[in-house]
Amino acid sequence: MSDLRDLYQEVIFDHNRNPRNFGRLEGATHRAEGFNPLCGDQLTLYLKVGEDGRIEDVAFEGKGCAISTASASLLTESVRGRTLEEAERLFRGFHAMIMDEPAGEPVELGKLEVLAGVKEFPARVKCATLAWHTLHAAIEGQEQVSTE
Amino acid sequence: MSAPERSVAATVGALDVERLRRDFPALAQEVRGRPLVYLDNAATAHKPRAVLEAVQHYYAREYSNVHRGVHWLSERATEAYEGAREKVRAFLNAPDRREIVFVRGTTEAINLVAASWGGANLRPGDEVLVTEMEHHSNIVPWQLVCERTGAVLRVAPIDDDGNLLVEEFERLCGERTRIVAVTQLSNALGTINPVRRLVEIAHAHGALALVDGAQAAPHMPVDVQALGCDFYAFSGHKLYGPTGIGVLWARRELLEAMPPYQGGGEMIRQVTFEGSTWAPPPAKFEAGTPHIVGAIGLGAAIDYVRGVGLEAIARHERELLAYADEALAEVPGLRLIGRARERAGLVSFVFDDIHPHDVGTILDHEGVAVRAGHHCAMPVMQRYGVPATARASFALYNTREDIDALVAALHRVRSMFGR
Repeated sequence: MSDLRDLYQEVIFDHNRNPRNFGRLEGATHRAEGFNPLCGDQLTLYLKVGEDGRIEDVAFEGKGCAISTASASLLTESVRGRTLEEAERLFRGFHAMIMDEPAGEPVELGKLEVLAGVKEFPARVKCATLAWHTLHAAIEGQEQVSTE
Repeated sequence: MSAPERSVAATVGALDVERLRRDFPALAQEVRGRPLVYLDNAATAHKPRAVLEAVQHYYAREYSNVHRGVHWLSERATEAYEGAREKVRAFLNAPDRREIVFVRGTTEAINLVAASWGGANLRPGDEVLVTEMEHHSNIVPWQLVCERTGAVLRVAPIDDDGNLLVEEFERLCGERTRIVAVTQLSNALGTINPVRRLVEIAHAHGALALVDGAQAAPHMPVDVQALGCDFYAFSGHKLYGPTGIGVLWARRELLEAMPPYQGGGEMIRQVTFEGSTWAPPPAKFEAGTPHIVGAIGLGAAIDYVRGVGLEAIARHERELLAYADEALAEVPGLRLIGRARERAGLVSFVFDDIHPHDVGTILDHEGVAVRAGHHCAMPVMQRYGVPATARASFALYNTREDIDALVAALHRVRSMFGR
């Protein structure tokens, strides 16, 4: 039996209570809205990409469960300072971890690994990946993305 | 963790629930190492052995296609299938069993009416009136036909407690209103609508009335003649029957006049390449091989609930609801969404700022199955400014112990979230 504490780790409660980089980002160069029709979760992700192609600033706002809020918060911490290509690689690595699939390339996920427990909870996978799909959409220039 | 003591007396209705529970094999299992506490009955109900055995028996012994063969098995299958139609007629107190159309479920029934009746009768500027508490399946089919015909969808509002504002409904029901489509029992709020009154209002304005009975049919006696409505739709799977089978009841003259919904075998009188003519209802609306065993299983489910007695079921669930209201009122931070004057069958709630999905996952780990989400009623969620709610919904086999388990699990949610 999967333990609830594998899913709800202290770090997740912390990021849920005090989401990092929460709010609108003025002067964003990329923006996308993510929506999970299953639960009504919605978030907007903002990126400010500098001339050197690195993510100078990142923020999100919206409503979601503890898993999706913590995941979005952790995302913003993880992608800041990275190039878009590096952020996309993180997305692929994170997705592989959550889906319990082999990653095609070695990816250092760092603190994102606190969400590894989600793979034992299929009903919650979309909560954890919503912010990342939204990031991907923002990078691709899509304005809206849905997890369905 | 144990639930707080309750002051309510321990007797529940006249149902021998412990005995009835033994009729439902699914209830005896453990999930995640705990006894299953199943409180997601508004989504779908478990099946009594009588239904499981009927399905097994007909596939094993009396199965063939209906209305076709001249052989013995086909005659047996046809008899059972048409016998199920008669059981549905009696269940709804419909005047004539030819008014009973087997469909996949409530959703298909409403789509059938919207596409067939609506497509033939709605004109640009005509109005369809629904309520703010409808399930998507009683909104979207009307939006589709409105788009096709130029008709307009109107929405009667509800108040903060989830009561339909009947005077607003009456005001919105005008000379352009061709049909009103209302739920008898809201799946998201538990509100019981004054359907008889709403039907009267519709008829006074020359409009027809469709009643979505998906939630009501398992929880209260239904009499379409007493309701006075023109269409009534419900699903088998919420009534302890199989999935994939449901019913549209409609007054016969409407079914006679309505064009077919789907074309194919069974629904025709004569087919030539120059044109075809239709069989009389209900066959006109049952193109293709129907869900024969589904209908027979639904017939068995109807026998079962009528055997238990819908009055007794309704009384039992009313007591459970009162008990749940009282128990949940003692859970700090819990807020009911839907406190209408007349309610049945379920409690919908939000819990501090803890998202219903987190609530649902933690309850599940305590063996308690509830629904967390928007309940296919996004406009209701928008009305209350919440993305989702958690919902515990009852069936004839639920007990006060189930509600105690729910409350204990909610305390666990609180402690996990450090509240």
